[in-house]
Amino acid sequence: MKAAERQFTTISGVPIEPVYGPEQLAGLDPQRDLGQPGEFPYTRGIHRDMYRGRLWTMRQFSGFATPEETNRRYHYLLEQGQTGLSVAFDLPTLMGYDPDHALSEGEVGKCGAPVCSLEDMEILFRGIPLGDVTVSMTINSPASVLWAMYLAVAEQQGVDWARLSGTLQNDILKEYIAQKEYIFPPRPSMRLVTDTIEFGARHTPKFNPISISGYHIREAGSTAVQELAFTLRDGIEYVDWALERGLAIDEFAPRLSFFFNAHSDFFEEIAKYRAARKIWAHVMRDRYGAQLERSHKLRFHAQTAGCSLTWQQPYNNVVRTALQAMAAVLGGAQSLHTNSLDEAYALPSEHAVTIALRTQQVLAYETGVTGTPDPLGGSYFLERLTLETERAAQDYIDRIDGMGGMIPAIDSGFPQSEIAAASYRYQREVESGERVIVGVNRFQSDDQPIELLQIDETAGSHQCAKLAALRKRRDQSRVQKSLDALKLAAEGTENTMPRILDAVRAYATLGEICDALRGVFGSYQEKAHI
Amino acid sequence: MPTPIRVLVAKPGLDGHDRGAKVIARALRDAGMEVIYTGLRQTPEMIVNAALQEDVQVIGLSILSGAHNAIVPRVLELLREKDMGDVKVIIGGIVPDEDAEALKKQGVAAVFQPGASLDSIVEFIRSAVAA
Repeated sequence: MKAAERQFTTISGVPIEPVYGPEQLAGLDPQRDLGQPGEFPYTRGIHRDMYRGRLWTMRQFSGFATPEETNRRYHYLLEQGQTGLSVAFDLPTLMGYDPDHALSEGEVGKCGAPVCSLEDMEILFRGIPLGDVTVSMTINSPASVLWAMYLAVAEQQGVDWARLSGTLQNDILKEYIAQKEYIFPPRPSMRLVTDTIEFGARHTPKFNPISISGYHIREAGSTAVQELAFTLRDGIEYVDWALERGLAIDEFAPRLSFFFNAHSDFFEEIAKYRAARKIWAHVMRDRYGAQLERSHKLRFHAQTAGCSLTWQQPYNNVVRTALQAMAAVLGGAQSLHTNSLDEAYALPSEHAVTIALRTQQVLAYETGVTGTPDPLGGSYFLERLTLETERAAQDYIDRIDGMGGMIPAIDSGFPQSEIAAASYRYQREVESGERVIVGVNRFQSDDQPIELLQIDETAGSHQCAKLAALRKRRDQSRVQKSLDALKLAAEGTENTMPRILDAVRAYATLGEICDALRGVFGSYQEKAHI
Repeated sequence: MPTPIRVLVAKPGLDGHDRGAKVIARALRDAGMEVIYTGLRQTPEMIVNAALQEDVQVIGLSILSGAHNAIVPRVLELLREKDMGDVKVIIGGIVPDEDAEALKKQGVAAVFQPGASLDSIVEFIRSAVAA
């Protein structure tokens, strides 16, 4: 009796056929399902020429220890050929705490740059012309505050806000689902996000006020389909809230941006990006009646998968990152971050981040994959996988619609439990050896220790000392007035951004501003389930 | 029937990355242990109080933020203060080798770094509690 053929699946568990040919594409209508690059539904890419016209932005996520040291790293990366900045903040900053808060102990500067006041933001961007360099900031719950600090620095530099280009992550829904960096409960948080979208539509036409993210959902252990579906459904939620606010779809939709993971299963990832563009184009045009092409086009940043990096044999991570980066490029990303080889251990050393940047440069200049848009279009396997990914993601979107939207879904624990189940299944596959991770459960060998970036407790004491000095020299009554005005705005319905800007300009701290908002909105407690 | 081993799985500090903690909690449960998962944003005080109330034999701390040197000694100190020195403390997460050695000298029973298998953690807990 013939032994059963081994089942091949993508990393997410989608079965892969022994061979793909024209039969797999029966029912595919190239005009309807693909279009040309730069044409609805943008499956093949949002521009007619893609990288022939302009390369993706090489944008390395970066931040550590102090704003001073981070500023040095930014200058280094720009000198090495990076084409956009991306700010990583430390946990106290992400969570709206000043460095002298009890919960900040041991955490200052460890996972990113600490920024607790406009002074820190000034230092972070010293010598960097914000009118000329695009800046992405990975900040969520207190995003309005950090954005206000950035806008205030631009103001100091004499840069018209209408020229500013960059991105604020500001995607609170995925915090409840995956990254868990929430402060306030969902509804007040959505109000803050809507405030930034509205403010951006009026004042920063070239800035993306939100980066609707799947990266973190994937890192938490979701499948590719879940990453795609939950991200796009989050997007739909933000659109609904902005429309509820009274904005017209074409007023803000062109500036919605996205952020996806570039994980290890090469073809699954490319299919995911293509399906993402197609689904979103239809959502914008057919669900919302958006007229502008720019509203239909899904623009995204990609980051190679942090969760795929191994502690064992860290140099293998250079290879993983390169292959994942290639998937992102073949998938048409507008912006890309490549992980460093040492990131299973620590934040990137200068040496490691240089290799990561060079990886993008080799991809861009030596491989030829930039010569034509969607070079893998027409592949039987890829087109089949794109269609299947689209259908599976649409199923999830419909299910969440049926639950009343993403907030009821989050309240009921739906996306969280899907992710927990997927991540457990994946770990079981690794345990059994069914899923091979080179160097970890197969092909082990001895390792040489690598040199790591060291961040010690002096970052914390440095930041606390600076903060103490700031508190002494600022106009305390101006600070208090601004916090009182902010509280009033938060209690009502006016857009909070102007009040946050006033507070920031008065050198109110992040902790003080967030405490004012905590006083109005309350704090969120997640129901702990496994 | 032997009473199941009771384990508290906790996320101390501000780090919200709970994929590992949740997978471990589930694996320990599948292995027949009784697992209490504290959820996020636990202070050392909250963790030790929960351990006391739940009468656990093992505390598992999940830390990926680099804050282990500030948090773990505080947990150990509180356990000593409350005369809970027989509770085994194990850590999972991003802890460099030198720090792991230092923490073990301070009383941590084991440090599981990235790539550690679920089975090895289950086995360690079983033998540590039996000892």
